[in-house]
Amino acid sequence: MTNAATKPNSYRNQPDAQGHFGQFGGRYVAETLMPLVLDLEKHYRAAQADPAFKAQFDDLLEHYVGRPSPLYYAERLTEELRKQAPEGKGAQIWFKRDELNHTGAHKINNCIGQILLAMRMGKTRIIAETGAGQHGVATATVCARFGLPCVIYMGATDVARQQPNVFRMKLLGAEVIPVTSGAATLKDAMNEGLRDWVANVHDTFYIIGTAAGPHPYPELVRDFQSVIGKEARAQMLSRINRLPDLLVAAIGGGSNALGLFHPFLDDDVKMLGVEAAGYGLDGTEHAASLLGGFPGILHGNKTYLLQDEDGQITEGHSISAGLDYPGIGPEHAWLKDMGRVEYTAITDDEALEGFQLLCRTEGIIPALEPAHAIAAVAKIAGQMDRDQIILANLCGRGDKDIFTVAEKLGVEM
Amino acid sequence: MTTRLANAFPTDRAALVCFVTAGDPDAASTPAILDALVAGGADVIELGMPFTDPMADGPAIQAANLRSLASGTKTADILQIATGFRRRHPDVPLVLMGYANPMTRRGPEWFADACAQAGVDGVICVDIPVEEDASLGPALRAKGIAPIRLATPTTDAARLPAVLEGAGGFLYYVSVAGITGKQQAVQASIEQAVARLKASTDLPVAVGFGVRTPEQAAAIARVADGVVVGSAIVEIVSEHGADAAGPVRDYIASLASAIATARHTATA
Repeated sequence: MTNAATKPNSYRNQPDAQGHFGQFGGRYVAETLMPLVLDLEKHYRAAQADPAFKAQFDDLLEHYVGRPSPLYYAERLTEELRKQAPEGKGAQIWFKRDELNHTGAHKINNCIGQILLAMRMGKTRIIAETGAGQHGVATATVCARFGLPCVIYMGATDVARQQPNVFRMKLLGAEVIPVTSGAATLKDAMNEGLRDWVANVHDTFYIIGTAAGPHPYPELVRDFQSVIGKEARAQMLSRINRLPDLLVAAIGGGSNALGLFHPFLDDDVKMLGVEAAGYGLDGTEHAASLLGGFPGILHGNKTYLLQDEDGQITEGHSISAGLDYPGIGPEHAWLKDMGRVEYTAITDDEALEGFQLLCRTEGIIPALEPAHAIAAVAKIAGQMDRDQIILANLCGRGDKDIFTVAEKLGVEM
Repeated sequence: MTTRLANAFPTDRAALVCFVTAGDPDAASTPAILDALVAGGADVIELGMPFTDPMADGPAIQAANLRSLASGTKTADILQIATGFRRRHPDVPLVLMGYANPMTRRGPEWFADACAQAGVDGVICVDIPVEEDASLGPALRAKGIAPIRLATPTTDAARLPAVLEGAGGFLYYVSVAGITGKQQAVQASIEQAVARLKASTDLPVAVGFGVRTPEQAAAIARVADGVVVGSAIVEIVSEHGADAAGPVRDYIASLASAIATARHTATA
């Protein structure tokens, strides 16, 4: 390994001035969009330096989103997992409860930040892409809150299997446009979002839902989501006067994981990102870009991608529509190559078990995305000592997933 | 550096730059379609490299990309098509156009070398702006392949010098902020933009996006060094499939003849 030689003084000062995280990230967009992403960066820098922007962001997170979200010690889950652990083993499991946010997931943190930025820039129309619909619902929510017209691009396949979220977006006043090009899923919705943006450069702001896309999106989405880790760090110190030993979070594009991880990157805390292994990493039916992909360029950034030997993008699969994306935020690609964060993958079946485990032991129905994190926690807790602490991000609630889970369990609803 | 691109832009009329997606409807059909472009009067050929996610393209070229990939077109097939074209047409410049990921998958040096071997004169990569030039530009220039840059209505005067830095071949002016094949820009805005671009560069300026009729082509030909036509050709290929060569040749001939006389005809 050459990592030791290139170990940075801090893992928290990425990206560089050109938006690169090592070899990853960047601004791989058509020339038409290039002046727009430069303009976005300029306005973001100004917003960062403006106390009024932060004050408004914090105020909305507190009174509209419901932050800070609780930090919760999952006592029964901890005990349940200790039953199968060797003597003296079985780490304490804590959750950051971001599923209690308004709209039911961490996505809203980012949407609040981006719509404030959009209004600062004088943009009058909002567009977004969505897969499972959580980011679409969060975007539609903030658009309703601030009275801006909202267009959501959603793959036609996803529209068909996520009808409740489609209805939610419509109730909130958004126009949902089914995307039939390509495979009609999240990556195609993102292509269509970019096509809309390139044709409506003057009035439109594109609210990207994860820590990916052209610079400065990976950075600003991470910054808006970092409220998760900042709160968790302070809550840990105030509750038990120590930091956790291990952070665990599910990864699709990777925004909830970065939000939790980033404030801890320079601490002596291990981190585990959990990708979706779908039917297994040995086949092609998974969505694990880091563990099963190769570096490449898509949707404005260089990162790990699921692709063939000619660089054609292949379709990801996961039981969780929120993890079903063939790419990953570029900062994760960098953290993986630096060896700072470890990455693993959980299959559909394991996630389904994690889902039910949390329902039964804690009375919390998680989304299928954090169910992957829970399954990873269940695997690893028994290898750690009882005085050690795992903090996992419960990034979304499971209301949206009960139909998928029922179907998988063979239950008719 | 080959001289084919430099020679392709005559001084007395605009050059006709024609785009078609490689492997649409299949790799075996493409050579005859390329020959038809040349027979009809194309001065520069842009051979599109299909990609699963052509995010800057409109419905016509998106569909062509997917048809090509569905028929099994590989990067190796595209390079073979280029090699065959160069053998049959030693003097007609050939440009590969497409997206960053298929071009850089095996490394920029590999791609630049493969282009040089195949007799490719230039490369247009839609999603590598000048800011990311290091990902492909140096490798192309080292092999004498022209990195052809795009300028758009959003490329302002302050940014233009950066866009031209390291550019080669010709400057492709994308006349509409949008995706390919949708609408055409108003003539006045094109004239203004071309004048601005030509004041900043010695490279020929070719104008495209939404050009479909001989009249539109002639209007652009009066002010620009080149006229780029893409989606309209791709639509003919879509309609006629493996039998597209004849209709493509006739269509290109109609554009070529309009361009040939454009500067001698009074402007409307």
